[in-house]
Amino acid sequence: MPYIGQPIDRVDGHLKVTGRAKYAAEFAVLDVVHAVLVQSTVGAGAVLDFNLDKAKSMPGVLSIVTPQNALKLATKGGGPQTVRAPLLQDMNIAFNGQHIAIVIASTLEQADDAASRIQVKYRRDEPVTSMGSVLGQAYPPKQFRNGERPPDSMRGNPDENFSSGAAKVDATYVTPMEHHNPMEPHATIARWDGDRLTIWTATQGISGAQSTLAALFDIDPANVRVICPYVGGGFGCKGSTWPPATLAAMAAKIVNRPVKLVVTRAQMFTSNGYRPRTIQKLRFAADDEGRLVSMRHDGFSQMSLPMLGEFSEPVGLATEMLYSCPNVAVTHRLVPTNASLPTYMRAPGLASGNFALESAIDELAVALRMDPLEFRLRNYADADPHENKPFASKMLRDCYQQGADAFGWSRRSPEPRSMRDGNVLLGWGMATSTYPTHRMPASARVRVGANGTAVVQVGTQDLGTGTYTVMSQIAADTLGMPVERVQFELGDSTFPHAPVSGGSMTVASVGPAVLAACEAARDKLFDLALSDPRLASPGSDRAALRLQEGSVVGPAGQVPVAELFARHGQDFIEGSASAKPGAEQKQYAMHAFGAQFVEVRVDADLGEVRVSRFVGAFDSGRIMNAKTARSQLIGGIVYGLGMALLEETHVDAETGRIVNANIADYLVPVNADVPNIETILVNNQERNSNPLGAKGIGELPMVGVAAAVANAVYHATGVRVRELPIRIENLLT
Amino acid sequence: MQAFSLLQPTSTGDAIAAAQAHGTKYIAGGSDLMQLMKDNVEAPDQLVDLEKLQLTGIRTDSGGLRLEAMARMSDVAAHPAVQQRWPVISAALLASASPQVRNMGTIGGNLLQRTRCSYFRDTGFACNKREPGSGCPAIKGASRMLSVLGGSDHCIATHASDLAVALMALDATLELHGAGDTRREVPIGEFYRLPGNTPNIETVLAPGEMIAAVIVQDTPAARHSHYLKVRDRTSFEFALVSAAVALETSENTVRDVRVAAGGVGTRPWRLPEVEAALHGATLNDALLREASARAGVGARPTRQNEFKLTLLRRTVLRALQTAAA
Repeated sequence: MPYIGQPIDRVDGHLKVTGRAKYAAEFAVLDVVHAVLVQSTVGAGAVLDFNLDKAKSMPGVLSIVTPQNALKLATKGGGPQTVRAPLLQDMNIAFNGQHIAIVIASTLEQADDAASRIQVKYRRDEPVTSMGSVLGQAYPPKQFRNGERPPDSMRGNPDENFSSGAAKVDATYVTPMEHHNPMEPHATIARWDGDRLTIWTATQGISGAQSTLAALFDIDPANVRVICPYVGGGFGCKGSTWPPATLAAMAAKIVNRPVKLVVTRAQMFTSNGYRPRTIQKLRFAADDEGRLVSMRHDGFSQMSLPMLGEFSEPVGLATEMLYSCPNVAVTHRLVPTNASLPTYMRAPGLASGNFALESAIDELAVALRMDPLEFRLRNYADADPHENKPFASKMLRDCYQQGADAFGWSRRSPEPRSMRDGNVLLGWGMATSTYPTHRMPASARVRVGANGTAVVQVGTQDLGTGTYTVMSQIAADTLGMPVERVQFELGDSTFPHAPVSGGSMTVASVGPAVLAACEAARDKLFDLALSDPRLASPGSDRAALRLQEGSVVGPAGQVPVAELFARHGQDFIEGSASAKPGAEQKQYAMHAFGAQFVEVRVDADLGEVRVSRFVGAFDSGRIMNAKTARSQLIGGIVYGLGMALLEETHVDAETGRIVNANIADYLVPVNADVPNIETILVNNQERNSNPLGAKGIGELPMVGVAAAVANAVYHATGVRVRELPIRIENLLT
Repeated sequence: MQAFSLLQPTSTGDAIAAAQAHGTKYIAGGSDLMQLMKDNVEAPDQLVDLEKLQLTGIRTDSGGLRLEAMARMSDVAAHPAVQQRWPVISAALLASASPQVRNMGTIGGNLLQRTRCSYFRDTGFACNKREPGSGCPAIKGASRMLSVLGGSDHCIATHASDLAVALMALDATLELHGAGDTRREVPIGEFYRLPGNTPNIETVLAPGEMIAAVIVQDTPAARHSHYLKVRDRTSFEFALVSAAVALETSENTVRDVRVAAGGVGTRPWRLPEVEAALHGATLNDALLREASARAGVGARPTRQNEFKLTLLRRTVLRALQTAAA
């Protein structure tokens, strides 16, 4: 039986639970010293002066780097994602919590103590801290989706058709600023050997870290080696190479010693992006038979000052393609504030966009007095209405059906406040999930040894998602060997190139490269075998052979690989390959889908919302590992529950300083908040999207969760909450 | 964090003597103080560790309950006599923090934990409690979690302890030990100070004085006591609003009642206005509704936290209904 699809245990699981999996900050590097970042306490203005006297006199202090003595970094090179600021290149302050100095000392404690004794004199300007006050200054993004498409789209005439609708929704939805807060903070050890930089850093993209650091320090990328075998969660905030990594490298150059820099939890709120606050204005209309006739989705997302870069939250992507509707308009605008640069956070655009989209769809269903699932089925899009293409695969109907059956949706009583248990109001809600299937070029190499083992190497990452495991499964199946004999290695920029682990694309990108490299090695092995009379007769070809349990099996018999190697005097054979997206990208629209069903219990008097049941049914294409897949689904749904009910970064209106920059006050779900979650994966064996048929699974399960909860809260209470998170005070009716 | 020295005395007398030195603080479980030190909110020169004082007793007799200051929150919460005769204490403790924190946290330390006000806990903000006279940005800032009762123009920081709310509803007494072997007993209702214009001074403790024990009477009301905590997250979060009630009834008449609230006051907040409406009255749901509707006399909410008054009244009502059932 092939390994692909099987729920095998994580191959790195034992290392992780025994503490032997080494994370970036845990590498023992000789002579390492410690750096601590100092951050601004004003939201706009400039540093006028530093008083470093006290800090410099503290024991163990080696250097204090400020914009006055920082290394000048190159301003050219790099790509659109290169984070160039704030890197101590000038004295300006663009946001509260901006890095303004680095203290380097022999021990972490010395550096931290000295950092607290630095005195800073500021020019204080008045920061812009809320989107509402500057909505009029909104502007279209210059690099929407990295410039691959315009920020706006339109088909038909939505505004004209809005007025003719029998049922209408015209409402504004708001999602808050959120922070990723992975368990592992940003952590870097940087070491220079002449002009060669070795950097151990927690990153979702070693290839991006390599090119970014090479660009900023103006050196050959070949002189930058990035090492990151394990990542303690990323969720998007380790996708770019953020200032702490660059500043660690700068500090190491200045003190001429290896430097370790681990940011604090509080600094995680201003060092590495966030999900920007969005204000979304939706105008939807449907005819009296429940067919959508007009959809307009105008999205505004919070931005930093433009000097820090650009990121826009693509909230309208699903609105363009999820339902069959002839008249659709989507716009995206940015609103500059004195905040740090926002970035990707798990299901960027889709998570916040689908809260608005799927809430509005629910509101329309209510207005039509139609079951919300039935309303969605009436507007089902069999082909992509935005790109006018067939889907590579779409089994959303199966998701709806299987999810509804498992949940018992047909037993729902439609009226709000109609289901009660003592003081508790029950509500059932649902929403659709979707996430685009991405793929980028990747390369892999494999070495099959005479002892019947294989080592596969790719410069990719494992964020805790299971990359080690599923790539081992792909290699084991292709090489016909037990998965225990495959060693998959990643997280080193000297390995073949792979893209950032983001956009749920690692399996779709790296998997085909591993497959192709293993096939190349296998073919070489078969070529050896074809010359062996015990296996093949003259005129046989590779197709007559297969690999099974460490032996080559042919029509005439089988020979262990070790013996084959010995006969040909070889210790190993190697295969390497690159794989990249092809014509299928033009042919198909590629998306994963899902249906989320939730039951909430709302205290009728106290307004507390607790989630009591959850069913998620998903079409993620072909599944590599049923166990790691389920972990992703559960994790994504829990992430969505946090978005629905708990997560929000609070910003002080006067100073622009983040108020809850810690995980006591920035709330994420605890075990007691999470009910039993039932996950369903519909059986999709397609191969249209890519050679493995994998459509991505990391982000899909959190999309739609917040809307499903909001819809359930409406059903429970009759109160429609259009701003996340849903809070007790919204429900004290 | 700034460097400090650590003393580990083995007697209360030695501990108190050592604590007279300037810049000294006691450390019990450390679950709050260590955070404050890491964030540079506290920067003591010297810590006096109370771990070796053998102050962990949980003693009950016919008169009542004596909890020594270093008794662990988890041990007190799980104590059978506490659960039976003072259920509000056990419930308040179990609604506090997480199992891991409760295993470290002590009774004395819990009562002396500092406010969770984010402005107090971040040295990047001004704060009158941390630096007297520097100002209070919280009143006009992110005040959702902050108090609606007992605040001043200088400070509206909420008192965070659940246990203290339960002890208010039990009229507990604190046994304080100070320099020169002095001992005194202070009712918990007089232990915490209102912020006024000195929000940096939070209790009546003299310099170097310590809480040695908490004493609670055994009363019929205590046996019918209840704690209800309302919060955004199901566990491991401070109260948005909480209510502790102790209720004695006979022949359907309220004989004794104490009601206190958490999450709403700058100190654990007793609600005499509710108690007065209940005393001696005939118990029924209409009475409970009318009495709980009085809660919150003198409240000065902000725009962000005015909902807490509605929530307070409903929380008190639910807690009374539960205790009366």
